[in-house]
Amino acid sequence: MNSDTAPRRRSSRRRVRSSYTNLAAHGEPWVWLTAGSLGTALAMIIGLLLFITARGLATFWPLPLERVQLADGRALLGEVTDREQQVDESSGETVSQRLIRTANYELTGQHYQWIDDADIIAFAKPDWATAVERLEGGRFHGTPQYFYKDGDVVATGPAATWQEFLEIHPAVRQRAAEAKSIDRHERGHVQRELRAARLAVAQAELDFGVESPEHASAMAAEADVQERAAEEMQRFDEQTATLRDENARYEIGFLTADGTDVRMPVGEVVRGWQPNMLTWPGKLAVYLDRWQEFLTDDPREANSAGGVFPAIWGTVAMTLIMAIFVAPFGVLAALYLREYASSGPITSAVRIAINNLAGVPSIVYGAFGLGFFCYVVGAGIDDLFFEASLVADNQPVFGTGGLLWASLTLALLTLPVVIVATEEALASVPNSMREGSYACGAGKWQTIRRIVLPRALPGIMTGLILAMARGAGEVAPLMLVGVKKLASELPIDGVFPFIHPEREFMHLAYLIYDVGFQSPNSQAAQPMVFTITFLLVAIIAVLNIAAIWIRGRLRRRFETQQF
Amino acid sequence: MTSSSSAKTDPTTTAFQEDRLVAVAAGIDVPSEVHEQVAEEQPVLEIDSFNLWYGSKQALHGISMPIPERQVTALVGPSGCGKSTLLRSVNRLNDLVQSVKITGDMRLNGDSIYDRRTDVIELRKRMGMVFQKPNPFPMSIYENVVYALRIDGERNRGVLDEVCERSLRGAALWDEVKDRLADSALGLSGGQQQRLCIARAIAAEPEVLLLDEPCSALDPIATGKVEDLIQELRGTYSVLMVTHNMQQASRTSDYTAFMYLGRLIEYGPTTEIFTKPILRETEAYVTGRFG
Ligand SMILES: Nc1ncnc2c1ncn2[C@@H]1O[C@H](COP(=O)(O)OP(=O)(O)OP(=O)(O)O)[C@@H](O)[C@H]1O
Ligand SMILES: [Mg+2]
Repeated sequence: MNSDTAPRRRSSRRRVRSSYTNLAAHGEPWVWLTAGSLGTALAMIIGLLLFITARGLATFWPLPLERVQLADGRALLGEVTDREQQVDESSGETVSQRLIRTANYELTGQHYQWIDDADIIAFAKPDWATAVERLEGGRFHGTPQYFYKDGDVVATGPAATWQEFLEIHPAVRQRAAEAKSIDRHERGHVQRELRAARLAVAQAELDFGVESPEHASAMAAEADVQERAAEEMQRFDEQTATLRDENARYEIGFLTADGTDVRMPVGEVVRGWQPNMLTWPGKLAVYLDRWQEFLTDDPREANSAGGVFPAIWGTVAMTLIMAIFVAPFGVLAALYLREYASSGPITSAVRIAINNLAGVPSIVYGAFGLGFFCYVVGAGIDDLFFEASLVADNQPVFGTGGLLWASLTLALLTLPVVIVATEEALASVPNSMREGSYACGAGKWQTIRRIVLPRALPGIMTGLILAMARGAGEVAPLMLVGVKKLASELPIDGVFPFIHPEREFMHLAYLIYDVGFQSPNSQAAQPMVFTITFLLVAIIAVLNIAAIWIRGRLRRRFETQQF
Repeated sequence: MTSSSSAKTDPTTTAFQEDRLVAVAAGIDVPSEVHEQVAEEQPVLEIDSFNLWYGSKQALHGISMPIPERQVTALVGPSGCGKSTLLRSVNRLNDLVQSVKITGDMRLNGDSIYDRRTDVIELRKRMGMVFQKPNPFPMSIYENVVYALRIDGERNRGVLDEVCERSLRGAALWDEVKDRLADSALGLSGGQQQRLCIARAIAAEPEVLLLDEPCSALDPIATGKVEDLIQELRGTYSVLMVTHNMQQASRTSDYTAFMYLGRLIEYGPTTEIFTKPILRETEAYVTGRFG
């Protein structure tokens, strides 16, 4: 302060100044800074989730089919899925373009086409423009024109043809499903019997030698089975042939936008709809039908169409098995670290090591899982119990990737998370509780079991939730230890012993990678990727909400009342 | 008896501070004044030249005192003088603190507490302890009370029910909680929680009840109830109680011990300590004229 200021003024000025606390002391800038960081993070997360949700939910909504006539004489029929403005570099004009899903890949060689608006001379939304999902070859867009029965036209014109189609289609699909079921279940059953007989021969050879009577009787039994199997297979062939012949009698003919005539068997059609005529409830029905297929069916066409049921199943099963393994291990390890180990340099070192383990790249865990679980433990199990399979089929049972090994690998990966969270939960149990228990004459383990663990349980659950969220979204290690593009059999089915933890499985996160980046026509599969992503996020959310709900129930038991 | 080194005394201090407390503060050993009446009682617990160190810092210096049976003995003294430490040494809770070292011994009804062959868990079952802050366990009221029996493996519902009711009645809590025994104990008020802890401590019928400032977290009404309770426990249980409240000590206890900086200064019948103590320091402390 200035020295020549009058004392009176000085004191009054000081009083005025001191009545304002300076900004930094109030801390307003810090409030803005912290709130700003939180806001940015939230905005990004919410934005991402909204984007995935919007795109994921939109995939199955039937869009109108537009017929565009181009200046060069071509005509296209498709859904407009995107629009874009571009500046032409030479002329400097803005050019608007639209992306049209034209389908009919076998005719045009493309699923999507970018069209300049300037090239379009006419638009139309024909009533009978039909979108068709096929078993193979992707989408088809056209107008129904003819219905064939045994090669003869029985209906012409869109309305009559579609009427005929709707009458015949359910029965055709039913027969196709029957044939598929015979191929899958009944043939599968016979094949398993054949394999069992073959393994019995190999086992007899291993146990008693080639010359032994046991071996001979096993050989005889196998021959018996083979004979019966051949008969049954013959019968299945006949049954499916009848079904397929019956289906082949019906065909439907479409006209594409540029007038090409396309004829396809009715059995090839999964479903068809006329979006331009559909009312709102009609669209909703198509939408829900497609969702139902997505959630409950097997995939088609290299996973880019159909359902993802096996992958949903694999994801949930793997996450739950992982949680079942990681929870006890993590909790026991943390208990030892926090309650038994005396604090010292070794304990600290172990703690640091565990924290660092959480930062090891997940692919390293995958490599370890493959090297240890599959090639050491799995191969060991095979040598002990499944030698016959190795000899007869040259096929390892536990010695390759599978659901069990994948779950164990992820359990290892998430172990540090659980240990750290559990340790924190244990540390937060007030010492006064432990002392109260000891003062009642309880031993160490009694105190841990009756006082410490129940009190720490909500915190332990939090760790488990974090671990599950992390584990369910991992892809890299899974690729090494058992996730497959396509796994025909679920790890649980009606075949003894019902649970097959050694089987390979499908996983949603891997499916995202596979469909989105490995698929031959990734553009056509793109909507599917968003839907799968949405589903994966939703499943993780559901698993977490379930765990949080359980934690809430536990916590309510220990609610403290303030006084 | 008094130390001869009063020369070091700061001349400005008042007369009664000149002698023992100053000597103690200067690290000089002073003998304890123990009234004759104490020795005439039958002791339940005998503390025998007990020293305790936290690391290199000595917290208790040669404490020797018998605790009379079926009487209430109060420990008073300024904060940090080692009252809690002494109490926690009786049931060996200090074993849990890694840096603690002790010498000397204590005997509970003749059984050595610090002998190497003593089973600490068995020993703790013979005592009950109530802490400064209520620490009910995260379980139901019922389970809190019968905790000591549960860990002993008692399964008989009849026995448990009977002990629960007797202990809660003993802690003057039965009427308030008898309809909500299955509720969480954490839903009780602070005073109720503290009485629940007392019920828990007397459930196993301990030989000694150790109370560490049982009323420090309570309002006057709850304090009154706990004090009444201590009155009722006298004659049934031997109580060793730490308190900061002189009125409480004079109202509820039969014997009072005054501690200072880890040493026992004076110990005698409460009436004598409060009306005609041997040492002026004690008088100053109990009348509130001290420090
Ligand atoms: N765990 C510990 N480690 C190290 N020093 C300790 C520990 N517990 C207590 N002390 C020290 O021992 C001395 C006695 O502490 P104690 O808790 O017995 O005092 P107190 O008489 O109960 O005090 P208060 O009336 O405030 O409860 C204090 O100086 C304290 O700092
Ligand atoms: Mg204390």
